[in-house]
Amino acid sequence: MAEAPAAEKTQRAIVPFLKIPANPAEKPYLSGSRCKQCGATYLGTRMACSRCFSAETMDEVKLSDRGELHVFSIVHQSVPGVPTPYVAAIVDLPEGVSVRCNISGVEADPKNLKFGMPVQMVSEKIRTDREGNDVIAFSFKPI
Amino acid sequence: MRDVAVIGVGMIKFGRYPEKTVPELAGQAILLALKDAGIDMKEVELMASGNLYQSNAMIGQRILQTIGQTGIPVINVANACATGSTAFREAYFAVASGAYDVAMAVGSEQMGKMGLLGAGAAGGDPAYSTEGVLGSGLMPAVFGMAGVEHMRKYGTTQEQFAKVSVKNHKHSMHNPYSQYQTEVGLEDVLNARVVSWPNTLYMCCPTGDGAAAAIVCSMEKARQFTTKPIRVAASVLTSDPWTQRDLTMPDINTLTRAAAKEAYEKAGIGPQDLSLIELHDCFATAEILHYENLGICGEGEAGRMIDEGATTIGGKIPVNASGGLLSKGHPLGATGVANVCEVVWHLRGAAGGRQVEGAKVGLAHVIGLGSACTIQILEKV
Repeated sequence: MAEAPAAEKTQRAIVPFLKIPANPAEKPYLSGSRCKQCGATYLGTRMACSRCFSAETMDEVKLSDRGELHVFSIVHQSVPGVPTPYVAAIVDLPEGVSVRCNISGVEADPKNLKFGMPVQMVSEKIRTDREGNDVIAFSFKPI
Repeated sequence: MRDVAVIGVGMIKFGRYPEKTVPELAGQAILLALKDAGIDMKEVELMASGNLYQSNAMIGQRILQTIGQTGIPVINVANACATGSTAFREAYFAVASGAYDVAMAVGSEQMGKMGLLGAGAAGGDPAYSTEGVLGSGLMPAVFGMAGVEHMRKYGTTQEQFAKVSVKNHKHSMHNPYSQYQTEVGLEDVLNARVVSWPNTLYMCCPTGDGAAAAIVCSMEKARQFTTKPIRVAASVLTSDPWTQRDLTMPDINTLTRAAAKEAYEKAGIGPQDLSLIELHDCFATAEILHYENLGICGEGEAGRMIDEGATTIGGKIPVNASGGLLSKGHPLGATGVANVCEVVWHLRGAAGGRQVEGAKVGLAHVIGLGSACTIQILEKV
């Protein structure tokens, strides 16, 4: 009797708002939603607009892969298993959305970080999950 | 709504009590508060119990099993770091509404060396954990970034944040209830290991165990029990309204400002009328932000305020005479009730070596991330 084929291993995003296009030539991107009523834009999805309370369907928007560094901290002490130090940051995107992320590509030192500096989103495989899928995460690096 | 008075307070020294249970810690604080009020459990008509980590396990009722079961309503409250202060507000409203004459708020927590908050691993595959990959949701980083935002806006320096730690540790030397009573110099603070920049070790509150209790009573009945009732002039709770950075960067400012505005209006006073403030210095960066949030200085002036010593005991408006969370400790559920205890002691003139002279009106502020902000304004009658 033939064995059932093993489930195909795929790439999976670490969070639902990171979208991985089926076409490998296209880069992963962040997805947001924009309120049809007031235009407030959110990372990921919302059931209703938390600014104007409109419960109309929101428009899905593909968010820019470039933004500006708003603030940061250098984390030297974290939970077990998380390597330190690293740069934890908030990046503002031109759509009016803010993203919590790591800043990659620089040594974790305040002197390497400037308020408002332009940053570019990058994504990569960071781990393998229990089922053997690649877990894809994103970070922003100074341009 | 009718006038409400605090007639009894009690707390245990914050610290680490691995040999005790939470009901034992809370029971001690309650017995102290009852003794202070000169009443016993049979006069208490309602209990609001603040405890975060055991709020799903009927902790309030279990506390009563150690000190006296009278069948009264017990409300178990959980509201992050604002857990204890929200319990106080429940007790306050039970009496202010006219439904009950005497109510008790108790706050308790046993954290041990639990460490960094917000690190709780959700169920499911740990491969999808975002901590350290998509920034940080840990409190040291969140409050680090909030401080960095103040640096960005106003040029505040790490040294100015560090001065908060120096001041609060100095104050703690006179507080026997404080988990740590250790004086630290500015260089000690700046040279300590960084937890989350710009906060170093001494700029982060410790974890620990503790309990505190307060008895509130209608003002008309309070005269039966005490010649020094302390009036609750305002008890306010807010949550975070929409702001642009919203859930990505927990906003500790907007809801504090909203709570302060409402509390000052209800109390019919302004920040200039305060004698002392106990505010939520979970990290040194937070204290600086709250000077502006509570209106004790103008926008961007908080750094100068700490430089000038205006918030030291003896200064224009003493902040965290208790030593603050940085020294006194922050057993989550206990914190909000403990800072009511501290303000009450100052208003009674019973705060010992840390007494703010001539204290007439005090403000107790707590913020719980996620977010909840409470402000209680208490005044000498």
